[in-house]
Amino acid sequence: MSEQTAGVQTYTPREFHRQAHDALGNPQIRANFRKAMDGLMAKRLDSFDDWDLETLRELGANIRLRALARLPDLLEKLEANCEANGIKVHWAEDGEQACRIIRGICQDHGATSVIKGKSMVSEEMHLNAHLEAAGIEALESDLGEYLVQLNQQTPSHIIMPAIHLNTDEISEIMHDKTGTERTRDVDAMTAAARQQLRERFMGAGVGVSGVNFAVAETGTLCLVENEGNGRMTTTVPPVHVAVTGIEKVVEHLRDVPPLYSLLTRSATGQHVTTYFNMISSPRKEGEHDGPKEVHLVLVDSGRSSIYQDNELLDTLRCIRCGACMNHCPVYTRVGGHTYGTTYPGPIGSILSPHLMGLEETRDLPTASSLCGACGEVCPVKIPIPDLLVRLRRESVGEGRGNVAGAGIKRTRKEAAAWKGFQWLATHPAAWRAGTSVAGRLRALTPTRLGAWTQHRSAPRPAATTLHALVKQHQAGKTDKEER
Amino acid sequence: MSARDAILKRLRERADGALSAPESDFAVVTGRGWSRDERLERFERWIGSVHGEVVHAAEEGWTDVLAKVLADKGVRRLALGKQHPVAVEARRALVNAEVELVDVDRDIEQWQREQFDDVDAGLTSTRGAIAETGSLWLWPTPDEPRLISLVPPLHIAVLDAGALEDTFFDVIEKHGWANGMPTNALLISGPSKTADIEQTLAYGVHGPRELVVIVRHADDVAESAARQ
Repeated sequence: MSEQTAGVQTYTPREFHRQAHDALGNPQIRANFRKAMDGLMAKRLDSFDDWDLETLRELGANIRLRALARLPDLLEKLEANCEANGIKVHWAEDGEQACRIIRGICQDHGATSVIKGKSMVSEEMHLNAHLEAAGIEALESDLGEYLVQLNQQTPSHIIMPAIHLNTDEISEIMHDKTGTERTRDVDAMTAAARQQLRERFMGAGVGVSGVNFAVAETGTLCLVENEGNGRMTTTVPPVHVAVTGIEKVVEHLRDVPPLYSLLTRSATGQHVTTYFNMISSPRKEGEHDGPKEVHLVLVDSGRSSIYQDNELLDTLRCIRCGACMNHCPVYTRVGGHTYGTTYPGPIGSILSPHLMGLEETRDLPTASSLCGACGEVCPVKIPIPDLLVRLRRESVGEGRGNVAGAGIKRTRKEAAAWKGFQWLATHPAAWRAGTSVAGRLRALTPTRLGAWTQHRSAPRPAATTLHALVKQHQAGKTDKEER
Repeated sequence: MSARDAILKRLRERADGALSAPESDFAVVTGRGWSRDERLERFERWIGSVHGEVVHAAEEGWTDVLAKVLADKGVRRLALGKQHPVAVEARRALVNAEVELVDVDRDIEQWQREQFDDVDAGLTSTRGAIAETGSLWLWPTPDEPRLISLVPPLHIAVLDAGALEDTFFDVIEKHGWANGMPTNALLISGPSKTADIEQTLAYGVHGPRELVVIVRHADDVAESAARQ
């Protein structure tokens, strides 16, 4: 506990191994995640009970693929329809540019405080820090995000940001940071946060939200939520800024229901969320509430580069449900912070290398046992294990080399070893000679093999090769038959 | 080159060439073929599963049910519209009641503090509902603005029993949403909730703590009473 409240902890993907080691040694973190992930897996399965899940997943994948196939046209259509509805559209090459655009909108309105609905893209571009450096306070309003922000942390899960904290820890944080009386009563804590945040909604100059689906056909921004903070954020302040990655667009309004069904069930096992909020324009003449200005900021940040490659493209189908992390044996054990990236778990391991480069994220594609659970539960059928393997290839310089930092893990020694192995494995005589020698020298096999032998015993070549054994066996058989 | 043009150019000049778009078959999200009674039963079951309360009323005299809900919940100040028949009938019925009626045809800037602190309940009509998920469908209007279904601690929604569709997809298709979307379209399924504190469900985190749906039945009183 003291570790969380003592000070700001920072995590980086470069330190994945050390962070994983620390997390594995922390029984509290492991228990919190184990309990949460077990619950989520069971709930997801229940929620698809009456459904032809495979057909629905096919449809979901197909809708996302169609949107990506027409992406440039749909983005233009979205822009045209939003503008026609009165929503101002901005484009940003990267997070920094997007931050500047949003800061500019705040400054144009003299806003000194911003209230935020949950948005992973804004986390990705570190919007809060950017605004605060410009003297604009940014407050998270999703309860989990609020708690994490109070605790000066980052979310450890894309859907449930405070999943790493338990009730006692949260009670302590609320007591320390807001003076709320210590309690184990979740209703009382929720009510306290409600009161604290209601004041802030009323005072905020700008509301910033993410987008779950942006509908090109009608220029509509869809937000999925349970708490109502998303509706507050997009309705109470005089200005609403929605920020999203360019891949979130869908073609038609009718594309939305299947994706929404998949999203809520895959994420939290809910058949539906409390609110589905569809915004198509700012406050019109004669209307009495809602923001007078609505802005949409479309962020690229490496997405158009993922888009270039037929295999990597599948990464962009993601609807950010988090099912892959809920089902990941690695994520469940090391928790979300260990990854050191905005998006943890399997989706983070295939997305972050594009956002940050393989140099920073070299350990993420290997943070998987390739068990395949993530690919099996993905509601839009992203072949995550294949993409992990592809990024492993990229990192040792055997891919197509179009990922930033490709080849970062390539060493001359390892490359030569594999080349040698390849030659041996394709030359039977040399192979047999080599394995026979290895068998005879097996006593000389080193017992310490770096990370491999930290928790395992070293492998040792067999005294007799399989080849030789089969030969002996066959020879024996022939002998018997002859007798 | 602007960021916009640069992004679009990269997307159009895709290294691996143009992609072909598949057709979609939406059969899995439509064609449930439920009867009117099945739709109602499902709606009630699902919205009930997320703490939405359903009360049934005959079309004639539904305001008596409303008055009872207001009394049971201890509502002193009720925000509601003026023009929608639901609001007109409610106002007429409540004219001599203890409940104070709060006008909502005012710009929010003029009464934000009052709305946040001094309104016990908001009453709205609905355009319909979805049986499959137990969701209400609202398109807020100047008469019934967006915040009255969100800010007060209790939301009372009036739904006509005949206005249910099977699925969300059916609502969008049958009611031609793509032909023109309002400023804000909403699906509401239960009161506001969160599970952000160790997966423990808590209601009323930012929006209403309670949602009451009054389902109005056009058929005779006896039948709807029997339903209860």
